[in-house]
This record gives sequence, C-alpha cells and structure tokens, in this order.
Amino acid sequence: MTQNYRLDNIGLINRDKKLSFKFNGKNYFGYEGDTLASALLANGVHLIGRSFKYHRPRGFFGAGVDEPYAIVQLYRNNETEPNVKTTEQELFEGLEATSVNCWPSVNFDIGAINNFLKIFLPAGFYYKTFMWPKSFWYKVYEPIIRKAAGLGVASIKHDKERYEHKYEYCDLLIAGSGPSGLASAYAAAKNGARVILAEDKPRFGGTLLTSEVNIGNQTGKEWAENIISELKEMPNVIVKNRSQVFGYYDHNMLVMSEKLSDHLPKTKEYHPKQRLWYIRAKEVLISSGSIERPLVFGNNDTPGVMLSSAAKEYLKVYGVLVGKKPLIFTNNDSGYETAIEFKKNGVEPIILDTRKEPNSEIIEEAKNLGIQIKFSYVVVAAKGYKKVKSAEVAKISDDKNELGILENITCDCICVSGFWTPTIHLASQSGNKTKFDKDIDAFVPGVSKQSETTLGAANGTFTLAETLKDSFNAGYELSKKITKNDNKILHPTVVEKNKTTHDKFWCVPLPKGKNYKRFLDFQNDVAVSDIEIALKEGYRSIEHVKRYTTLGMATDQGKTSNLNGLQLVSNIENKIVPEVGHTTFRPPYTPVTIGAIVGREVGKHSRPTRKSPLHSWHEKNNAVFVDAGVWLRPRYYKIGKETLFEGSKREAKNVRANVGVCDVTTLGKIDIKGPDAAELLNRVYTNAWLKLPVGKARYGVMLREDGIVMDDGTTTRISENHYHMTTTTAQAANVLSHIEYYLQLVWPELNVNVVSTTEQWAGAAIAGPKSRNLLQKLFPNIDASTEGLPFMGYMEADLFGVHARIFRISFSGELAYEVNVESDNGNFMWEKIMEVGQEFKIQPYGTEALSTLRIEMGHIAGSELDGRTIPYDNSLEGLVSKKKDFIGKRSLDRKAFIAEDRQKVVGVVPIDKKTSIPEGSHLVKDAMAPIPNPKLGYISASCWSVEYDNPFSLAILKDGKNMIGQKLFAMSPLKNKTIPVEIVSSHYVDPKGERVRS
Amino acid sequence: MLNIKCPHCGMRSQNEFSYGGDATIKRPELNKEVSDQDWDNFVYNRKSLRGKHKELWQHISGCRQWIKVERDTATHEIFKTVKAHEDI
Repeated sequence: MTQNYRLDNIGLINRDKKLSFKFNGKNYFGYEGDTLASALLANGVHLIGRSFKYHRPRGFFGAGVDEPYAIVQLYRNNETEPNVKTTEQELFEGLEATSVNCWPSVNFDIGAINNFLKIFLPAGFYYKTFMWPKSFWYKVYEPIIRKAAGLGVASIKHDKERYEHKYEYCDLLIAGSGPSGLASAYAAAKNGARVILAEDKPRFGGTLLTSEVNIGNQTGKEWAENIISELKEMPNVIVKNRSQVFGYYDHNMLVMSEKLSDHLPKTKEYHPKQRLWYIRAKEVLISSGSIERPLVFGNNDTPGVMLSSAAKEYLKVYGVLVGKKPLIFTNNDSGYETAIEFKKNGVEPIILDTRKEPNSEIIEEAKNLGIQIKFSYVVVAAKGYKKVKSAEVAKISDDKNELGILENITCDCICVSGFWTPTIHLASQSGNKTKFDKDIDAFVPGVSKQSETTLGAANGTFTLAETLKDSFNAGYELSKKITKNDNKILHPTVVEKNKTTHDKFWCVPLPKGKNYKRFLDFQNDVAVSDIEIALKEGYRSIEHVKRYTTLGMATDQGKTSNLNGLQLVSNIENKIVPEVGHTTFRPPYTPVTIGAIVGREVGKHSRPTRKSPLHSWHEKNNAVFVDAGVWLRPRYYKIGKETLFEGSKREAKNVRANVGVCDVTTLGKIDIKGPDAAELLNRVYTNAWLKLPVGKARYGVMLREDGIVMDDGTTTRISENHYHMTTTTAQAANVLSHIEYYLQLVWPELNVNVVSTTEQWAGAAIAGPKSRNLLQKLFPNIDASTEGLPFMGYMEADLFGVHARIFRISFSGELAYEVNVESDNGNFMWEKIMEVGQEFKIQPYGTEALSTLRIEMGHIAGSELDGRTIPYDNSLEGLVSKKKDFIGKRSLDRKAFIAEDRQKVVGVVPIDKKTSIPEGSHLVKDAMAPIPNPKLGYISASCWSVEYDNPFSLAILKDGKNMIGQKLFAMSPLKNKTIPVEIVSSHYVDPKGERVRS
Repeated sequence: MLNIKCPHCGMRSQNEFSYGGDATIKRPELNKEVSDQDWDNFVYNRKSLRGKHKELWQHISGCRQWIKVERDTATHEIFKTVKAHEDI
C-alpha cells in the first residue's frame, strides 16, 4: 500500500523504520516518528469519529495538545485507553485504535440523526427537557443519554502498568522547549543554575522545527538541536521530553507528567509507564507558546478544515500533505507561511485573506512565488459531509457586514488561521492576574503572584528576535539572583521575515437565507447560535455561559474555542473582552491518567503494613490475619477446616478453662519520664494519679476537651519518675500528639518527656485460670502468688536470660498477665510461653476470641469509644474524679451530658438465645412502627458468649440504666433482620470481677 | 502543596506536617471557674478568617514539635514560623 499524501524528501520521521497499525480494523503503515494523526493523514484518512452531540463527522483540527476532535480508543498490549488524542499519540508497531462516539460505525452512525434534529438540541436542551417526571431521570432519561453521549470507554481491568512519583527541586523550571524555553534554559544553565527543561512533545524545539528562520549562522532547527545536545551534557540540567507540566500549585510546586512508555508497543519489564514529578522550583519560566485560533464560518467542523499551523507541522515534521488542493483562510500573516510551504512542495494553494491591503515581507514572498491570493475574501461555508469537497466563498465589505456574491472554490482542505492565543494556563493557575492585550486580542500574563515569568509567544511576543532577547536575559537575570554567578551569554542575531498586523475579524456572517452551523467549540458541538440562546435566556457570567452551553469543557478544555467564545459574548453584550473575563484555568492543563496520580500507592502499597515481631510465628501456625489499622493481627489460628466462628470459640473457651496467649504488641506504648510525670497523668486522665506507687499499674480514661472519651488503657509506674503508658492500637499516634500538644503549648512548665515505644516492646497477654501456674514456671525466681504479684501489680524479671516486664493486668476478665520483652526477643518469649504452657493446655488466641472475652465481660473498647460517648455512657463515671481538674472535665457539665435519660452501655441477649444480632442494628420499642422508627440505641459489639453458649451483644442505649429487663427489638435493615431482645447488664460474665483478682 | 519552614528543621513540604488550628486560642487555666460562654469559645468557636491567620502545625513526620505559623488563608503566603514557646 502506498501513502498517497506522504512526500519523499521532507520531514523528521525515520523512513528506515516502517510501522504497521490498525484503525477501525483496517491495516495501515506509517514510520517511526509519526503520530497516529500524521500516519492516518499520510494514508488519506480524514474521518476519525463523530461529534459529541450531533454525531457529525470529525477529522483532525490541530497537530498537538489543542486537538478537539481526533480522539480514539487506543489498544496497547491487551489494554485499552479512551479518548487518546491521535495528535499526541506516537505511532508504534502494532498500534490499534478505533473511533469513539459512533455506532455502529464511523461511516454510518445512527446518532447522526441528531444532526438533522439539531433544531431540537439547542443549548440547555437536556436541562429543559428531561425534568419531568422526576423518577424518570434515573430510570429512563439518564441511561439513554449516557449511552448516546460520552466518548471512549474506560477499561474495567486492573491496570498492571507501573506509575511512579518523583520529587525534585531546582532553581529554574522551564515549561516548553520552543525558542524562549531553549534560550532561557541555556542562559541560566551557563550561569550555574540547576535547571529542569520540560517539553510535552517527543521533539524539542517547538516552532523552530517548522519556521523558516536563521539564528546565528544556523537554521532555527539546527540551532535548537545544538542547544539541546549541549544542555543534555550539562550536570546541572535535566532535560525531559514527553513531559507536560500540567499544574502550578502553591509555593511554586509544579506537577509534571512524563510519559515514558506510551510510545512503545509495550512497557519494558520493571519500567514505569508514566512518572509524575512534583517539582519545587525557586523560579518558573513559562515558555508554553501559543495556539492558533480558528476562524468561524459555516460548517467549519467538516473534516478537512484545520488550523494552518497544524497543516504546516504535518508537512514539515511528518512530510504529510493534509490536502492536495488546499485553501488557506487567514486574517493574519501566519497563513502565508503555510501556503509558502505547500507551494515549495509542489502543491498550489489559494489564499483567502480577510484583510484589504496588507503588506509585509512574507506576503511579498507569497506573491513572488506566484501564489493566488484573494484579499477581502472569506470562506462562507465548507461543503462536503465527511470531507471538504469545496468552499463557498465571497468577497466581504470593508465593514465586514456584507457578503458579496457567493462563489465556489474546489478544494480538499481549508487551513484556517485566526491569529494566536498565548497559552497562559500555568501563569493563571499560579495566581497571576492576567490582562487583555488589545493588540493581539488575547489575554496575557499580568502581575505575578508567585515566582513566575512568562516569555515568548505565551507572553504575547510573536517575533523571534524579541523572544530570544527577552529569554536570554530572563535566564541570565533569574539565575544570577539565585546562583550569584555572572556568566552572561550574548544572544545570537536572528533573521526572520517581518509580519504586519492581523485583522480583528474572525466570525463570518451568515449569508441571507442560509442557516449554517458555525462552530466555536468542536469537541462539544457548541455553535454561535448556542451562545446566542444562552445570552438571550439571561446567562451573563462567562462561567455560567460555559456551564450552560458546555463551551470549553471536556478533554481539550477549550484550547481552541475559549477566546472566540469570549469575543462572541462581548460582541453580543456590547462589552469589551476584559469585562467579560475568562473562565478559570484549572489544572490539569491536559488530561492526566488516574494511574499516574495514584502512583505506586495501589493495592497493598496504598498504606504501610505493620507487622508484630511475632508475625512469622503466627504465619507458621495458620493464623488468619485481620487489618487492625495498619497492623496485621491474627484473627484466629485455624486448625483443620475450622471456620472463624468455630476457631474463635475454641480459643475463647480455652482461655476461660485453661490458659491462652495473645499477641498484644500492637497496643500503643508511650514512655513518660520526668519529675512532673505524675502531674501530667493527673491532668490527662480523668482519675487520680498522684498517689500511684512504684510497681503498680492503673487503668485510666482520657477525654478530649469536648468531654468525649478519647482513649483508655493502663499506665504503670516503673520507677519514681518513669511511667509506661499503653493506648489502644488505633489511637496510639493521636494520643502521643495530644500529649505533645499539652506539653509543648499548654503546660510547657511541666518537666516531662514522652516518646513512643510501641515498636520497642513485644507483648504477650497470658490469660486464663492456669495463667499463674504458667507464669510461675516461666519465672521460677519470682513470687507469682497474689501476695507477691497482686492485681495491677508490676515487676521486672528474667525470662531464661532475657529481661522482661510483667504486668498483672487483664482485658479478658480472667486472671491474666502481660509480659513485655524487647522486640528482638519477642519470638523467643513467645516460643518459651508456648513450650512451657504445653502442660497447661495453652493455645494462642486471636482478636476474635479477644473480642468475645471482653464483650461478655462488658469491657468497653473501640466500638464503644467511638468518638460520640462520654465516660457515663461507658459506665466509667466511677473513674471521673470530682476533686481535681483534667482535660475535658468542664465539658462534662454540659446539659446533654448530665441528662437523666442519657445513653448508657447495656448488655443485649436475643429472646430465643439463638439468633446473633448484627453489629450496628438499631434498638426500637415497636418493630412494626412506621418509618422513621424512633431509635433508642444501637448494637456496638456482638459475640457468641462462650460462658453461656448463646449470643450476647453490647449496646449504647438511651436511658440505659433504667432499661435493664426491658424487651425491645434489634432491627438491621441491612441484613433484613428483626430480633426480639432482652436488655441485661453489660457485665454478663463474672459481674463482680472476682476472677481477675483471684 | 505548601512549603513550611520548621524553626527546628528548615524548609519542609506540607505533607510532613499536620494542622492544629488557631494558635491564638488559650486554654482556660486548670482549677478555675470558667463560664459556659468562655468554655464554648475555647472548645468550639473559631473564626474563619480571610487573610493573615496565626495557626498551629505539628511537624509530625519530622521533629514532632508543634510550631506556630502565620499564613494568609486566601493566598497561602506564609509570613513567619516560630517555635511553640515563642510569640507570633
């Protein structure tokens, strides 16, 4: 197959490497260095998709990031990606792509019927039409609209690609490698600054690759190549292509997405697909260039109508003719450059210039080359449905209101140039107060808010000489400010053709009796008439007009349409553009893959995993793990085919009957030292702490200042000025910050130091009636009797040569001890406990059995300390001191907190003693009451009581203290269960607490 | 993302810090009578200022010190950072 539109001796592609690809099932080929767009155009393919609303045929409009039409569904390495711009996607061997938004095919699209119904689809159509009846929205309208609209289809597979994040610091970040980016990077780098130069395209050089200029004694392209290769060699410079700086955030933080593998058939093993750079720059130079504006005329969305700069780029970079009978329609000199390139490559263009008698070097050159030029002429409408076949043109009066006789010119493409729009997105994102420049009819950066400078075309400077001068200077001055070096590079001389002023005319009036659609926004099918309707209906703010008509939305974010939209609004409203203002430029400048934003933080990497030093023992002994915050804890140790229910019941029973051991390493531990440590505890906890003797532990509750329980745990006095605090696993970090806050800011006079020792100690809870016997065997030299080590006692001892701390504390309600050793000795301790415990029938138990044991004892835990309860609610009012002040005490006087019928923790048993009550169930008086059924309380924790062999739950119940003995219903709408229950005491087992003291 | 100068560690990214609210709020002294209104003002009532705001941050992934920061809530400009015991 030959490529009919490819020229032989022009372009930067690698003709030695042919690449085959598929579009809509058909095979084509292109070359290495092509984009998908240039390869399709080389093959004469102009029909790419269908438009968003009217399903009109869509071709190519641009050659880069501004492309509004030519998006496809891309298939690469068994994955698919929607809405990929063909103008940005580089060709690779085996690439496959299909059209989006058309059904059944791009050539015959049923949705195109909308085009003929377009009178019924004006601005705001959806808002106006599908309002009634309300229930129809979800069931009927929305699904149909969703099917009809929308662009590509997202993959539902897990993305196996790797995306990375990188943090970088530099003196100067330079966004864009056109003439201004290269010049400023070079000047700054030569002056010793650390520079990052980012280019979104694969090739560096920007417009230097396509313009006919000389810098020094070289062509623009050669100059760019030399500068880049020199910069690449410099150690203080990072040069990145395929890298888009898309967001400018606070304190000069910019984010850049680097596409490392999108241009390859497949990502190399262990390589990332994309990398997101977070760059903190001392100074930012924005050299993002400008984007050509469309001219607006009838059917200006027909495939074959495209920007003249794009036509030039396809020709000079890719050697591709976008047409063989081009019509150039321009209001400025840029269109002439494109015409001249066509002419030089053997194609005869015709230029229609809206201006009457313009004069400049470049126009002279075009005339001298014999190019046909029609001044004061406009294109009224493009003709042809799936491709431009001809153009309806006319002479236009000097006041631009009257069209002459309509004529027809045969052509196969219309290259439009409506002058240039500086790309000010980054500057605007940084907080720059942009201003309207009347000379160029566009916004340019104004006063900077952050350390940012915009240069070249992005700053409205359209001559190369001025751009280079400014940029060399900026690079030098800014780097000097940072590095204090003074190595100035002289800027080279420039040869370029001068240009004359552009015509402010851009929107061709409709001829009498014709109702052509004149499009402003090609991606969203927003036409001139839609803006007129919006304004007629009273929309004034440009932000509202945008949202009502969808002007400037979707994947191209109005890069080609925004300014024309503003012009139109200002014309109709008789305002000047700066009064209308522009819509907010928000990051990202171009679409960024969600994968790149997430980076490596997916799956198990989405947060750290903490493992106890005993983890490998648990693994070897068939532990089934559960997430406890970021910790992994054994839920139960599976024997054979045991279920969770069976296994945890066995473990809990064994604790009640013999002895069990549980890994409690995850509990938060805080080491507290200093002469004022007791005073600190006395202020932090609700109960009294000043008289706790050395060698004793005490249970404490701490509140937030608003009176809500924050955490509970035991603290032990190790020595005179040394305490060991434990917190719940979940609150460990918060409690430490909380204490640090008071020590550093509120009571700095307290002489206390705190430090987290959670990871320094491995902990094992030994619980059950035989735990004392076990302890005595583990520590033969201590007196383990209740006199030697009483309840809440503490001692240090030697565990087979290893230093250990022994606390006689209990969470299970049984006689129990906690043994702590340094983490490195954790495994040794655990194995010794298991070995010595054999004769007492020891079994390890997990969190599920632990929960069962505490629930049936009525011990509160995280599910009751849920950030909504005060001490009274948890039956902890006995621990609230009346004599001393403490954090949150004043709040406990609040009216709601002392109400007579205040909620309180209670026990709940199903009447049938069989049905387990789902956690979260509501407690109600009348199961049949109409919704909303008044809720009296909720089930906070449920278990199967091993003591009584029936279900038991804890609940927080309104007026709980007077509800014991009442019969209520537990309702779980989620589980669709209604269970008759009886309210009992929360202390279901051993209510007097005799076992722990035995 | 803000760049905050920790008075102990130097310039660090915001993601090393956690926010601690208004730095001008003073906790009522212990063991003193406090009116309902004063207590409410201490626990709940905060101004949502536009402009210069004195606030607390903790360098939680660094030196763990609480620091005071003066920041413009509208522009995010940071004027000053000082140690916990210093006045801002």
